[in-house]
Amino acid sequence: MKDILLDINGLTKAYPGVVANNNVSFQIRPGEVHALLGENGAGKSTLVKMIYGLVKPDSGSMTFQNQQFAPASPNAARGTGVAMVFQHFSLFDALTVAENIALGMDDAPKPRDLTKNIRQVSNAYGLPLEPNRIVGTLSAGERQRVEIIRCLLQNPKLLIMDEPTSVLTPQEVEVLFKTLRQLKSEGTSILYISHKLEEIRALCDTATILRHGEKVDTCIPATTTAREMAEMMVGASFANPIKANREMGDTILSLKNVSASSAGAFGTSLQGISLDLKEGEILGIGGVAGNGQDELLAALSGETTVASEMIIFDGQAIGKQGPTARRKIGFLSAPEERLGHAAAPAMSLRENTVITAAERKSLLKNGFIDWTAADQYTQNIIADFDVRTPGTHTPAGSLSGGNLQKFVVGREVLQNPKVFVVNQPTWGVDAAAAASIRQKLLDLADNGAGVIVISQDLDELLEISDRFCAITEGRLSTIVPTSTLEMDQIGLMMGGATADQEGAYA
Amino acid sequence: MMDLLGINPVLLIASLMVSATPILLAAIGETVVEKSGVLNLGVEGMMIVGAVVGFITAVNTANPAIGFVTAAIAGALLSTIFATLVLYLKSNQVATGLGLTLVGLGISALLGKPYEGIKSPTLQSLDIPILSDIPIIGHMLFSHDAMVYVSILIVGLVWYTLKYTRVGLVLRAVGENHDAAHALGYKVIHIRFLAIMFGGACSGLGGAYISLVRVPQWTEGMTAGAGWIALAIVVFASWKPWRTLIGAYLFGGITVLQLNLQAAGVAIPVEYLSMSPFLITIAVLVIISARGNQGAPASLGRPFHASN
Repeated sequence: MKDILLDINGLTKAYPGVVANNNVSFQIRPGEVHALLGENGAGKSTLVKMIYGLVKPDSGSMTFQNQQFAPASPNAARGTGVAMVFQHFSLFDALTVAENIALGMDDAPKPRDLTKNIRQVSNAYGLPLEPNRIVGTLSAGERQRVEIIRCLLQNPKLLIMDEPTSVLTPQEVEVLFKTLRQLKSEGTSILYISHKLEEIRALCDTATILRHGEKVDTCIPATTTAREMAEMMVGASFANPIKANREMGDTILSLKNVSASSAGAFGTSLQGISLDLKEGEILGIGGVAGNGQDELLAALSGETTVASEMIIFDGQAIGKQGPTARRKIGFLSAPEERLGHAAAPAMSLRENTVITAAERKSLLKNGFIDWTAADQYTQNIIADFDVRTPGTHTPAGSLSGGNLQKFVVGREVLQNPKVFVVNQPTWGVDAAAAASIRQKLLDLADNGAGVIVISQDLDELLEISDRFCAITEGRLSTIVPTSTLEMDQIGLMMGGATADQEGAYA
Repeated sequence: MMDLLGINPVLLIASLMVSATPILLAAIGETVVEKSGVLNLGVEGMMIVGAVVGFITAVNTANPAIGFVTAAIAGALLSTIFATLVLYLKSNQVATGLGLTLVGLGISALLGKPYEGIKSPTLQSLDIPILSDIPIIGHMLFSHDAMVYVSILIVGLVWYTLKYTRVGLVLRAVGENHDAAHALGYKVIHIRFLAIMFGGACSGLGGAYISLVRVPQWTEGMTAGAGWIALAIVVFASWKPWRTLIGAYLFGGITVLQLNLQAAGVAIPVEYLSMSPFLITIAVLVIISARGNQGAPASLGRPFHASN
């Protein structure tokens, strides 16, 4: 008989209108790294929430070490030996590292002992951490360490990790993998959720693939190609974006030493950002979240205004112009946050269209909205970008993440921008939709527009951009052609190294 | 002729402690509520209900201590209305809190009508042995009624609980990031409900102190904005317990000082002196806000939906 740690048997969970999980079964062996694969909305989160006691299954059962396992709360799950590192860190910014860790433990030791334990464990696993620091001041990688150490202090038998690498630099990923392999060698099982197929191939022993809430396949990642896994997730094959050889035109946009302070409390100020963008060029800007991406987008979109000469667009100094003026001359942008920033959730797609496209698509007649024209343009976006929606009157908030992202990007791209800036174009979007959005961005550049793509997905940037740079603490690294770039260099650039220190490429 | 020398600093400090106590009680309660992530603007309403209920029971039982206890219960009960609306029915916190104030003012006027013009039994000053015999300081600090010391004790307890105990840590965590606290398995709604009730009880005590000690009689609307000042002091104190004490005593000091100045016949119109505590509160709030919202619980005022 095989040794089984966690046996999941026919778990089903339905919400009004959706079956999140339908009869899902699989096993995790002790010391195994088990990947859970699937697109957004495939039911991965619901499944792990059931294992962690946050959600009760409608039917089905689990056994943990051959014992019935039906945790009523996360505390019960932790008591049995299940720990979880969340996708969006479940940390408290204003509290210290030690306080954060104490909150995740059921019987936290005295503060002094806890501090000692934290130092011990963090050294043992190569994850240095200072227990008395305020979490709000930590980097993304350090924050993740807090979560991992919080779990490790309870000696879990099963560690669940939900998208752990999405916010890390390549070097930080290496450190994490070393820790995970050490845990595995000590007999801890890991349930690993990720979109990044190459990581799964490097780390995981087995993979279970979910689609529309059902288990559709299993595979051994080491012997399966990333493309095969992606197609199992989507259930169909899809085309990779094709990068054509493009002619570059004249410089259309120049940033000259753009500096701006951040509006948010934990934000990053921009410090002397300079770059040139040519017509028909795609510039990729990588970097770990929270290093000034949002602030850069705000400065480019006109939400934050800067000194006039800091931004030269098509020969005009436009630093002082607001978003509407910039849109009018063909300088468009799409921010990262889809709901609430790029689109108003409670308003219909048609109304959301008018918000940014009114000027360039002349949807206004004597100051009144021309709903017929707005409807027509919305229809165009829906058709061209394959937005799955019942109609133009559907509230933006009811669309799935991927569909809304296609709408948000489509709304701007179809306005024929001269320069288009987009932040995280495919964040949380499934593989097929991501590929189609990337293709649209390439097409846009083919037609002569300059495109700036800000993203944390390095593979995406390498795939579509002509030149690449990283943003770190509000500063831009040297801009280098993508064709000459290697992962190591990118890591250094994201770590804040400048041209002087690297020297090798300029 | 002005008679500034007639202002006795010993009496000034002694009376500022008395004048600050209602605000201090309400402010420390609201600090706990806001630390848990809930903004309850109904402080004024809970105070005045505490004032009238405390007054009525104290008059009928001839025992001010029972008056304080029932005032705390009344404040807590009134706050459960707010808690139920905001936490379970997800109503807007600002609107509900304002509504609570209006309800409180109305109920108190109704209940208090038959009790107008009566004098209530009041608390005796303790005259703490030995300490109160110290010249000057003894009279200034150690010959007050019990509630003055109780209020300081509550501040100390709240400070200790928030800073050193697990309950306090969980409460702060809930106010900081309710989604994360929920994900870790803490009962956000439950914790907030209890915090709101604590805030209600403290406001009730504060109100009763006005009607039983400061002005031992009942007049409609007698809290006269003390609840709003308490709310301002929470912000002034950056949500830190000992700073609410400083804030409340500062405000109490200005109130007493301006009364003394009026009595001393300073050549400033009475209206300006009367409004000075409020003007200074506004000025201090503006200065503090300009520095940024330091120390505000990150989930303050945001409704919590336990989505699963």
